[in-house]
Amino acid sequence: MKIHEYQAKEIFAGAGISVPRERVATTPEEAKAIAQELGLPVVIKAQVLVGGRGKAGGVKKAERLEDVEPLARQVIGMEIKGLKVEKVLVSECVDIKAEYYLGITIDRSARKPVLLASVAGGIEIEEVAKTNPEKIVKVEIEPLLGLLPFQARNIGLALFNDLKLTSQFTAIASRLYRLFIERDCSLVEINPLVLTGSGMLLALDAKINFDDNGLCRHPENEALRDLTSEEPIEVEAKKAGLSYIKLSGNVGCVVNGAGLAMATMDLIKRFGGEPANFLDVGGSSSPDKMVLAMRIILSDPNVKAILVNIFGGITRCDDIAQGLIIARKEADIRVPVVARLVGTNADKAQRILENSPVIWAKTMSEAVKLAVAKAGEGK
Amino acid sequence: MSILVDKNTRLIVQGITGRDGAFHTRMMKEYGTNVVAGVSPGKAGQEIEGVPVFNSVEETVKATGANASIIFVPAGFAGDALLEAILAGVKLIVCVTEGVPTLDAVRAIAVAQTKGARIVGPNCPGVISPGKAKVGIMPAAAFQPGCVGIVSRSGTLTYEIAANTGEFGQSTVIGIGGDPVIGTNFIDCLKAFQDDPQTRAIVIVGEIGGSDEERAAEFVKDYVTKPVFGFIAGQTAPPDKRMGHAGAIISTGSGTAQEKIKAFQSVGIELIYEPELLKDRLKARL
Repeated sequence: MKIHEYQAKEIFAGAGISVPRERVATTPEEAKAIAQELGLPVVIKAQVLVGGRGKAGGVKKAERLEDVEPLARQVIGMEIKGLKVEKVLVSECVDIKAEYYLGITIDRSARKPVLLASVAGGIEIEEVAKTNPEKIVKVEIEPLLGLLPFQARNIGLALFNDLKLTSQFTAIASRLYRLFIERDCSLVEINPLVLTGSGMLLALDAKINFDDNGLCRHPENEALRDLTSEEPIEVEAKKAGLSYIKLSGNVGCVVNGAGLAMATMDLIKRFGGEPANFLDVGGSSSPDKMVLAMRIILSDPNVKAILVNIFGGITRCDDIAQGLIIARKEADIRVPVVARLVGTNADKAQRILENSPVIWAKTMSEAVKLAVAKAGEGK
Repeated sequence: MSILVDKNTRLIVQGITGRDGAFHTRMMKEYGTNVVAGVSPGKAGQEIEGVPVFNSVEETVKATGANASIIFVPAGFAGDALLEAILAGVKLIVCVTEGVPTLDAVRAIAVAQTKGARIVGPNCPGVISPGKAKVGIMPAAAFQPGCVGIVSRSGTLTYEIAANTGEFGQSTVIGIGGDPVIGTNFIDCLKAFQDDPQTRAIVIVGEIGGSDEERAAEFVKDYVTKPVFGFIAGQTAPPDKRMGHAGAIISTGSGTAQEKIKAFQSVGIELIYEPELLKDRLKARL
C-alpha cells in the first residue's frame, strides 16, 4: 500500500528524521496561508500516488506570495497519469548543496532487507541502476541482527568522505531501518536526501510503501489509505474477498487461483482475444461470491463474453455452477457464458448447467477458443 | 524416490482444530499421509479426525517423533508457528497460510537457515509425492505417480499443469508459494529433481514478479541435464498491479513475463504456452 509524501514525511519527522518546514493544503487559499507563515519562496508539490509528477507539471515554485494561489490552483485538480490531485504540499525552499539517495527494501532473492544509497540523488534509483550502477552502494541487512553500526558508517563514508556528515547519516539510516521494521514496510525511500548550505542532511522527498500482508497488525497504516486513488470497483471486489483488476479487452473471465487466472488471460490473448479483467474468486467460493463476480464483470460495458475457468480443489464446481444459475436470474447476463469446470464435483456442476444457456467446455484451450469466438461475434 | 515427502514423512498439523486444518487433515489421511499429531494451544487431549492434539510442537515432537509440519494457523500467527516448529527441531515445514507479513517470513527463514530446517511457502498449496504422501491442500485426483517433477509459484495452475502430464505422471509436485519472500525457491527444487532418480523431466511454473525464474534458468544451464519445460503466467498482466499473489507484481518495469521467457529460452528450457500441449511435448522428449 502506497501513501502520500506528506504522510510519509510526518512519519519520518516522528521517527527523528529531519524534513523541511512544510504543510499540506487542499485549497489554493490554504496554500497561500501556509506560504505566508513559512515565508517565500515556497515549492508547491502535488500529492499523488504515482511517480513523475515533476515532469507532469505537478511541482511549482512560487517566488512571491501573490503567485501562490494561482499556482496552487493549477496543481490542485490536475490529473497526473489518470489520478486527480486533491492535495498539495507547501514547502520551504531549501538551499541544496548536494543530493543523495537512501532507501531500504526487501531483496526477494536474498530474502533480506537491503539498504541502497547513492551519490546520484534526485533521479529514480532504477534509472541510476541502469545507467550508473557503480554509483549505487548496496548492503544486505541480516534480519536477525538489524542494520549494524559499521554497515551504516561504511556507507556514510562512501557517500560523504567526511566523519561529521557520516555520523548524521548513520543516525538517519538507523532510524529509517527501525521505522521500516516497526511499521512493516516494503519500501522506505528518501530521494533526494539533501545536504543543505548549512551542512545539514534533510529528507526533501519521502516515500513509504507498506507491506499489504502487514496491514492486519497495523491499523495506523491502514488509516492512511487514500481510497480516491483506487478503482472503486476493485475496492468493492476486495471487500468481498475477490481479487479483481480491470483491463481493456472484451473477454471477461472468472477463475479460481491467481496463477490460473493469469494463465487464462494469456491464453485468451494467444487465441486472438483480449482479456477484460483479472479475477480470482479465491478458495472456498460460495454461490454468492460467484454472483458478485458476474455482476462486477458485467459492470464493464466492453465485455462481450464471459469465460469461467475453474480447477476445483477447495473450490467446489457445483457451488460455481449454482452461482452461475442464480447470477443468470439476478445479474441480467446479456452475453454468452462459457464454463470449463473440472475437479471437485465437476459432474454435479455439469448436471446443474445442462439445461441452461451456459456453454460447457471440456478443456481450458477449448473454453478459451469458444469464449474468444463468442466475444468476436458480439462486436 | 521422489523429493521432500514420502512414506517416511511423519506429519504434524499446526492449527488442526481450525476449519481448514481439520478438513485437510482428513484429506491428507485419506490420501495415505502419515499424520501423527496436531497442535492447537489449549486443546491438548482432543482428537481431530482420529489424530491426537497437543498444546505445543515441542511436546508433539517428543511424543511422536514427527519430522515434518504443515501450518494452517491465521496469517498474524503463522510467523510464530513457523519459529515454534523450527526451534522444536522440525526439519520440513510447509506453510499454507496466505497473507503472512513479509518480515515474519524473512525472520523465520533466517532462523530456519541457522537450524538446518526447510520452509516451503508461505502462501503455497504444499508438496505431493503421488502415491506416497500429500502434505498440502491440492486435490488428489489431479495427480498420478510418475516421472515428471513440477515446481510452481501457483496453486490451481499447478493442478492444471500436473493434470496435463498424461501417462507420465509426477514424481513430486511442489508449490513453493506466491509471496515475495519464500523459504524454498526454484533452485532448491531443481537440484533435488536433478538428483532424484525417479524424476525424468522437470516443469518450472513461474509467473511475473521478482527474478527467481532468471536465477532458475542460470542454474538449469549449469547443473540440470534432464529435459526442462517452462510455463510463465502473466504475459498480459499490467504493470504495478498486484495480480492476486503478493509476489506477482511487475514493479518499475522489472519482473515481466517477457524477461523470464527470454531467460528460459536462452538456456534451452522449452516454453509451454498451452498447458494441454505438455503431454505431447513430454512424449516427444522422453
